[in-house]
Amino acid sequence: MVGGTGMKSSKTLTRVRISDIVIMLIVGVTMIICLVPFLHIIAISLSSKQEIMSDRVTIFPRGFDWHAYEIVFQDSRMLWSMGLTIVLTVTFTVISMLMSIFAAYPLTKENLRGRSFFMMLIVFTMFFSGGLIPEYLLVKQLGLLDNLFSLILPGMISAFNLIILRTFFLTIPASLEESAHLDGSSHIGTLIRIVLPLSMPVLATLSLFYAVTRWNGFMDALFYITNSELYPIQLKLYQVVMNSMVTDLTAQEGAAQMDVIPEGIKAASIMFATAPILIVYPWLQRYFVSGIMIGAVKG
Amino acid sequence: MEHSSTTTSSKTTSTTPRVVKRRSATGIWKDHQLYFLLLLPIAYFILFKYVPMYGAAIAFQDYSIFKGVTGSEWIGFENFRELFAMSQFYEVVRNTLLLNLLDLVFSFPAPIILALLLNELRVMWFKKTAQTLLYLPHFISWIIIGGLVYQMFSNNGGLVNNLITSLGFHSVPFLTEKNHWLLVYLGTGIWQSAGWGTIIYLAALTGINKELYEASEVDGAGRLKKMWHITLPGIRSTIVVMLIMQLGHIMTIGFERPFVMGNDLVKDYSEVISTFVYKAGLQSAQFSLATAMGLFQALVGLVFVIASNAIAKKFGEQGIW
Repeated sequence: MVGGTGMKSSKTLTRVRISDIVIMLIVGVTMIICLVPFLHIIAISLSSKQEIMSDRVTIFPRGFDWHAYEIVFQDSRMLWSMGLTIVLTVTFTVISMLMSIFAAYPLTKENLRGRSFFMMLIVFTMFFSGGLIPEYLLVKQLGLLDNLFSLILPGMISAFNLIILRTFFLTIPASLEESAHLDGSSHIGTLIRIVLPLSMPVLATLSLFYAVTRWNGFMDALFYITNSELYPIQLKLYQVVMNSMVTDLTAQEGAAQMDVIPEGIKAASIMFATAPILIVYPWLQRYFVSGIMIGAVKG
Repeated sequence: MEHSSTTTSSKTTSTTPRVVKRRSATGIWKDHQLYFLLLLPIAYFILFKYVPMYGAAIAFQDYSIFKGVTGSEWIGFENFRELFAMSQFYEVVRNTLLLNLLDLVFSFPAPIILALLLNELRVMWFKKTAQTLLYLPHFISWIIIGGLVYQMFSNNGGLVNNLITSLGFHSVPFLTEKNHWLLVYLGTGIWQSAGWGTIIYLAALTGINKELYEASEVDGAGRLKKMWHITLPGIRSTIVVMLIMQLGHIMTIGFERPFVMGNDLVKDYSEVISTFVYKAGLQSAQFSLATAMGLFQALVGLVFVIASNAIAKKFGEQGIW
């Protein structure tokens, strides 16, 4: 999709117009707006206490200081929470992808009996749900409260991702699968040998979506997990950082400075929890453009 | 083995009715692997999506956690009557509609405009860098965004207020005064979603016939003219589909964004249906009342989805089903 205008662009590049520069400027400003909050928080996390207190830190660190990160990395409960979340995210992503593939592949078969019924069953859940409380009570009845499976099972399959995957599978030429069948391949064999290898971009994209959903999500953890040893990193961050920020915000008229967590450590904690996303993101982002394009247009 | 090929390619089989007949006799058995694959996912949807729908019946009960759905007493619409009598009900519904409507008016056009701009970029490395950066906020959790917002906008020490006071103005209560908070809430939503939202429009843009541009260039059309007369009409149906989806979700609000961004000083605007359900249901254990609220939202939401889809079809668009 990028290369589509390649020939033309080299022609028009020779005469860069003012409108090109204006557009680049506007997009450039939006890019900066995207970036500034991150730069600011990185700057805070790397600045000395005095500089932070005097409100002089903008987007560059002042009085360079690793101290906040040292404290975060020495916090064993934070590290535990991080490790737990990594394991949780990987497990969730693997299970979710398997389940999505299991569901999407049969649903591409036109003469599978009951196919449209299954599709309706799945699509309807995108528009109607029993609500938070019945879901909570179900998890409770299943005995999953304070159990990490409560963060895996209830959100295991996203109907939206499933449909993207199915749409992609449908674009694979039927003749390829037919010839595999003629060679004596079973459905599952065809899925593994023909369909999946041809679907790598969309598989990478959806894995990223599932992983990010699990990494970032905290609503279910807030509902289902009360044991602080089982807190995923986002909930941990909420308890440690956000709570003190909100207390700070709403109680600022009070004379006593209640806030016990220095700004630098809050900032370093936020960066600590964001880092895995920032590290993985550039590697995976080249896939998801091509991956989502195919399934996205008619969701 | 010729049979398994007929079961998978209906195009070849459907022409010969004899084969179709044979498929229906043994077809289900031949497809057993496919049903085997479907087993767990379908069980998932039934257990985790449909059982809670049945569980929503407690909205019509005086639910007791010890008696369960089957043992609790049925009280008809009593919970709804109680709900509709609460002033808080109208507040949270109003706020949900308010926040969603503002998002619709201000956040909805943002990715369209951004996609049009990105589409006009001729320098490919710049375009790719821009896309990488603009998609990034979508991958950041609301907890972290909440932290970033606080660092940017808080009264004491926030970057924006530091800038304002250093220019000699009074600091602005962005997070503690409800109207300012509304602006920050809206702006944060745009910041988080506008870039990622462009993907779907950029995908639609690739479908526009290049010859249209070439023809218009021959006619001497400028850049803006081409955007207005070719590009925008080219993504019209995508815009409509996205609009229907958002209109359909006007009563549905996510939990994380208002939960993280709201605080006690701005709760006149930040308390919405989802946060109300959480507080009434999980924090105060009023399960039936909270479920009634959730069910009310789900039903009204469903009506909105169906209605907006019907409207779109009336205007000759595809709709979402």
